Amino acid sequence: MILARVVGTVVATRKDPRLEGKKLLVLKPVSPEGKDDAGYVVAVDTVGAGYRERVIAVSGSSARMAEGCKDTPVDTAIVGIVDDVRLD
Amino acid sequence: MQLGRVVGCVWATVKNASLEGYRLLLVQPLGSDLRDSGKRLVCTDWTGAGAGETIYWVRGREASVAFLPDQPPSDATIVGIVDSVHRAADDGSQIVHACPCKPGNEPITRPWDGKIPSESPPAEPSHTYHRAGASRRRKFKPC
Repeated sequence: MILARVVGTVVATRKDPRLEGKKLLVLKPVSPEGKDDAGYVVAVDTVGAGYRERVIAVSGSSARMAEGCKDTPVDTAIVGIVDDVRLD
Repeated sequence: MQLGRVVGCVWATVKNASLEGYRLLLVQPLGSDLRDSGKRLVCTDWTGAGAGETIYWVRGREASVAFLPDQPPSDATIVGIVDSVHRAADDGSQIVHACPCKPGNEPITRPWDGKIPSESPPAEPSHTYHRAGASRRRKFKPC
């Protein structure tokens, strides 16, 4: 799982019927200190995350294990909104 | 499976219902020489590992298999705590990282004939693990 920041939304009218009603967000991966990492990723939101929020994103086939993503064509899902990160 | 070190933890109050009750730890992946290699990531924890401990973790679909019969949405899970790492050096000797979690424990180099020692497993494991959802207490025998 990676830490990421919500930087935008994606609107798609024509899509797989199993994705209908799902919110798609654009994520920018970030380091634990909050610095941006390279690349962007589009993820299905399962927790109601909002713009600029720091989230946990799970990728690969494990994303389909998330509640609400069973048997859907999803490879990245937002599964948590980060309250705090503590570095030891 | 890869080696890693626990470097922190992550709190998330709002999370997917299937992820409720799982510990989320920040892990720095390590190379075989136990030096940092790669980006830090968030892992679910099966073992009860603590800060600074050297662990090994699995990635991909297998990460949620570790918690069977539950299948949480996780693509990285800590599945073991490392007691020691023995590896071959370029000159044929053996480098032993014993108890890498203990600060100031430098690796030892010793001659090696290339054979894997046939040691019987210890009668009592140094760590006792509990499945997620059960008590997370872990018996820890100091180094």
